[in-house]
Amino acid sequence: MDDLETHEHDVIVIGAGGAGLRAAIEASTQGVSVGLICKSLLGKAHTVMAEGGVAAALANTDSRDNWQVHFRDTMRGGKMLNNWRMAQIHAQEAPERVNELEEWGALFDRTADGRILQRNFGGHRYPRLAHVGDRTGLEMIRTLQNHGIHQGFEVYMECTVTHLFKDGGRIAGAFAYWRDTGRFVLFRAKAIVLATGGIGKAYTVTSNSWEYTGDGHALAFRTGADLIDMEFVQFHPTGMIWPPSVRGILVTEGVRGEGGVLKNSEGERFMFNYVPEMFQGEYAESEEEAQRWLGGDKSARRPPELLTRDVVSRAIRSENLAGRGSPHGGVYLDIASQQDAEFIKRKLPSMYHQFKQLGDVDITRQPMEIGPTCHYVMGGVRVDAETAHSTVPGLFACGEVAGGMHGANRLGGNSLSDLLVFGRRAGKSAVEYAKSQSSAPEIDADEVAQAEREDLAPFEGRGDENPYALLQDLQKCMETYAGIVRTRADLQQGLEELAGLQQRLARVTVEGTRQYNPGWHYALDLHNMLTVSVAIATAALNREESRGAHSRLDFPDSLPDMEKFNLTLTYRDGQLECRREPRPEMPDELKQLIEVGPGELTADDVAPRFERRRGF
Amino acid sequence: MAEATLKIFRGTAERSEYQTFSVPTYQGMVVLDAVHDIQAGQAPDLAVRWNCKAGKCGSCGAEVNGNPRLLCMTRMDQYPAGQPIVVEPMRRFPLIRDLVCDVSWNYEVNKRIKPLAPKPREADGTYRMQQYDIDRVQEFHKCIECFLCQDVCHVMRDHGKYDFAGPRFMVRLAALAMHPLDTVDRLRDLRDAQGIGYCNITKCCTEVCPESISITDNAIIPLKERVAGEFYDPLAWIWRALRGKKADTRNPVH
Amino acid sequence: MSDTTTSYPARLDFLETQRQDNWWVAPLATGVGLFAFIVYATWGAFVGDHYQAGPYLSPFYSPLFLVDWWPLSPAFLILWVPGGFRFTCYYYRKAYYRAFVLSPPACSVGARPQRYNGERAILLFQNLHRYFLYPALALVVILWIDAIEAFFFSDGFGIGVGTIVLVINAYCLMSFTFGCNSLRHLVGGNVDCYSCVKFGQQRFKAWKVVTFFNKNHMRWAWISLFWVGFTDLYIRLVSMGVITDLRII
Repeated sequence: MDDLETHEHDVIVIGAGGAGLRAAIEASTQGVSVGLICKSLLGKAHTVMAEGGVAAALANTDSRDNWQVHFRDTMRGGKMLNNWRMAQIHAQEAPERVNELEEWGALFDRTADGRILQRNFGGHRYPRLAHVGDRTGLEMIRTLQNHGIHQGFEVYMECTVTHLFKDGGRIAGAFAYWRDTGRFVLFRAKAIVLATGGIGKAYTVTSNSWEYTGDGHALAFRTGADLIDMEFVQFHPTGMIWPPSVRGILVTEGVRGEGGVLKNSEGERFMFNYVPEMFQGEYAESEEEAQRWLGGDKSARRPPELLTRDVVSRAIRSENLAGRGSPHGGVYLDIASQQDAEFIKRKLPSMYHQFKQLGDVDITRQPMEIGPTCHYVMGGVRVDAETAHSTVPGLFACGEVAGGMHGANRLGGNSLSDLLVFGRRAGKSAVEYAKSQSSAPEIDADEVAQAEREDLAPFEGRGDENPYALLQDLQKCMETYAGIVRTRADLQQGLEELAGLQQRLARVTVEGTRQYNPGWHYALDLHNMLTVSVAIATAALNREESRGAHSRLDFPDSLPDMEKFNLTLTYRDGQLECRREPRPEMPDELKQLIEVGPGELTADDVAPRFERRRGF
Repeated sequence: MAEATLKIFRGTAERSEYQTFSVPTYQGMVVLDAVHDIQAGQAPDLAVRWNCKAGKCGSCGAEVNGNPRLLCMTRMDQYPAGQPIVVEPMRRFPLIRDLVCDVSWNYEVNKRIKPLAPKPREADGTYRMQQYDIDRVQEFHKCIECFLCQDVCHVMRDHGKYDFAGPRFMVRLAALAMHPLDTVDRLRDLRDAQGIGYCNITKCCTEVCPESISITDNAIIPLKERVAGEFYDPLAWIWRALRGKKADTRNPVH
Repeated sequence: MSDTTTSYPARLDFLETQRQDNWWVAPLATGVGLFAFIVYATWGAFVGDHYQAGPYLSPFYSPLFLVDWWPLSPAFLILWVPGGFRFTCYYYRKAYYRAFVLSPPACSVGARPQRYNGERAILLFQNLHRYFLYPALALVVILWIDAIEAFFFSDGFGIGVGTIVLVINAYCLMSFTFGCNSLRHLVGGNVDCYSCVKFGQQRFKAWKVVTFFNKNHMRWAWISLFWVGFTDLYIRLVSMGVITDLRII
């Protein structure tokens, strides 16, 4: 351990997407020593791929909006399983977080009176998403990055954490390897913030990159923290599906927000047939009304294409089962018939580019062929709503790796605001916690040596397993048995196969040296993916109902009883424990917000403004 | 099924070679797909840096048949069948292994740029900007930091002048210079520390930009003009002296 | 199957590249085009004769200064303006740095070994581009006047082929000059916040107009270069009696 490269900080942040950067910025401004570790280069994290916008009730584009409506939309979108306090904090603080980004240099698209323009998105009652064309995530991460590099925190790029250490009960540090050299490095810290993002790489068709291997989920889980809501994996309804090379690549919900419509192979706008009971009366009932809405008529209701993602994904699946799908198993997303070419190119430039260059489709003239793609995990590390503190002292989580905020289904745009709001809170509480620790925690040398042995095992292996093949099989297993729709038999079969994969993983062998060896990197990431996959399948097996993103063919309805708890997973003595955690009681005034009809929320209406700018 | 041949650079700075691989092709295939297929079947330790595979993160920059490109946005079918496609790492940067090189220099340069210092907010805690105030800067903010422009720029690539910040950071400096909220003057820095004079506007950066940013025309030349106005224009000196103004193009009134 | 190399990344040698396209076509064509024009224009200026035919005046000689103290062709009293304007033009700089200086000959093709200083040392004078712009703008006005005068023959109003040639010439040179990067800076490019300054809206609109021409600055650079040479040649041939100017009206 003596010759091991070691760094010491008060707070270590793992993950440098929006949440990690925001946490590191906040922690640094509190005057402690902060280290930020990321698997990729700085500024390449998954936030960069967020397209549509960041949800915040700024009420710039529609003055009827406020945090209460945002809170209501979030809770209803999450099918009431959200941690209400998180949803409330999120809705209240998002506007200031967005304004703060602007102060740091972000340039969102503008309204005619010079304020931040907001666009429509699924599940949001009013146009609420501050955006920059269809590259909002890029704007956010670059703003945070360029602001962050002057705050004094240390950045460790292309460095992967494989183990967390505890001293007694509290967190003590992290063990990692440099991707380029393969050398190990030890980080000592009083507090650790996980901001590692999601798990999407566990599925075959996914909008997520190689990074999304559930590292934070697995690290926290193995350290003894609780996971919550793991059965809820969001499948984004609009991913590219053809040609094969692009399968899964995201097509922003902004296409529908800007007027795009969904059609089946018969040319019918089928979403009118899929408005769930919960949302009856809130969506347009005819194409004519939807058309008026697009034209800016305030009395018209939003088109059903803007239903929540879980609903749209299931509708697309149903259309295909009924034989009305597109040739490659999806449906058509058509904006060409709704907006002129100039507008499309201006508001959706990267969608235009992406389809033109990779799919040979001109979206200003032709419809896009799209289908569901794995996009986001609502579940994650169980945290305290105010402080983002996990159940392990000194371990915090924010962004996608944290659970609770989005309940059973996340609304588009809420993830970007989530990571700003809770990134800041996690950074702040981590500092408070670190300052409260009188002594620096110790790391056991034997544990470090053990971690090193485990990480090097794939080189010693005499086995015959190739990490790439194993990864493919894992993805196939999750896609087949724990995908958009699930049954008990499937999930049981899936868990069985996952156990088999676990055994194969022990035999994985990699070739070559430790220097930038992607085979080795995958071999280590696979441990995390398997841990998370088992958690997902187990939770899915235990929630015997359909709710939000979790659809059980054997239990097709949402059951009122099941609204009363979240499923929590804990790892104890090598065993996975799944239990029902009663949901905290919501204060009456918040309950009321959710129960009243949407019209009654807008009593404080001022002169409505509705703007659709088409450039200068 | 059709096959394609790739001649891929393998190795480290000390020891390297070109290895030839054949892979089956399919519709819409990009070079990064081919590299992944080779990893999965033939060379599991073939190093390549990538993330989003959708042209949004700018991780997978390399040189395909000599041209700097994003591997994930380069279709295989644009190359003539039967001829090997040559894939090499970006030449401008120190090599780590195979197709991966060390781009950390860029992050150091970025850190040396004076950060934005915004005007105070309006009374209601927000800012007011018109869309036409920010159109120019929004183009620069499209940059995904793939560093292909840094790779192709002959100032560094051929002449080894590393005291030039490079096109990527000219774009960032232009974004700051034209930012409606910023209050910092960086013109002297631009001339001295960032070496804008090294650029001879031969436009290779613009040619390789996967985001189609008009780097030369919209970022570098306007900056050169600003530097010229500050340091090399006698009439502008006299004009400023007469008006009793310091060299500064901004005039915030509200 | 492999070729072994040592020490990477190696700087490419002069003209070395992995490019498989005909990258040398563009710099070669540029070089030949520029060279041909320079040869013709120099000759045309030195001749000092056959620059007028009827109401037509060759753009090489416009505005025409006939003064006693000047020993050379009157063209040289004028040609420093368009010459200097084009020499310091951002587009032409790109063109001749690539075609003649070979730094670089083309993108990702090895540059000619040299002590490279960019536009820092001796080439700092390129920053005087704006001082050539001012008289060049005046020339645009003068060339339009020439074009208008080309409608008035000794027998009154009319249109000849030469009239059309001169109108096109004025239009091309205007489009080239209005796309100038220095002009773009002066009219509005140097403003950071249009809605914050006086006349911001107007300056933004002016900047948009110059930007429109600037997008095709290279195209106009070539078209106007070709056409101004052709205009001189046409008037020269008419004046020499080699061809006859066709009267349309």
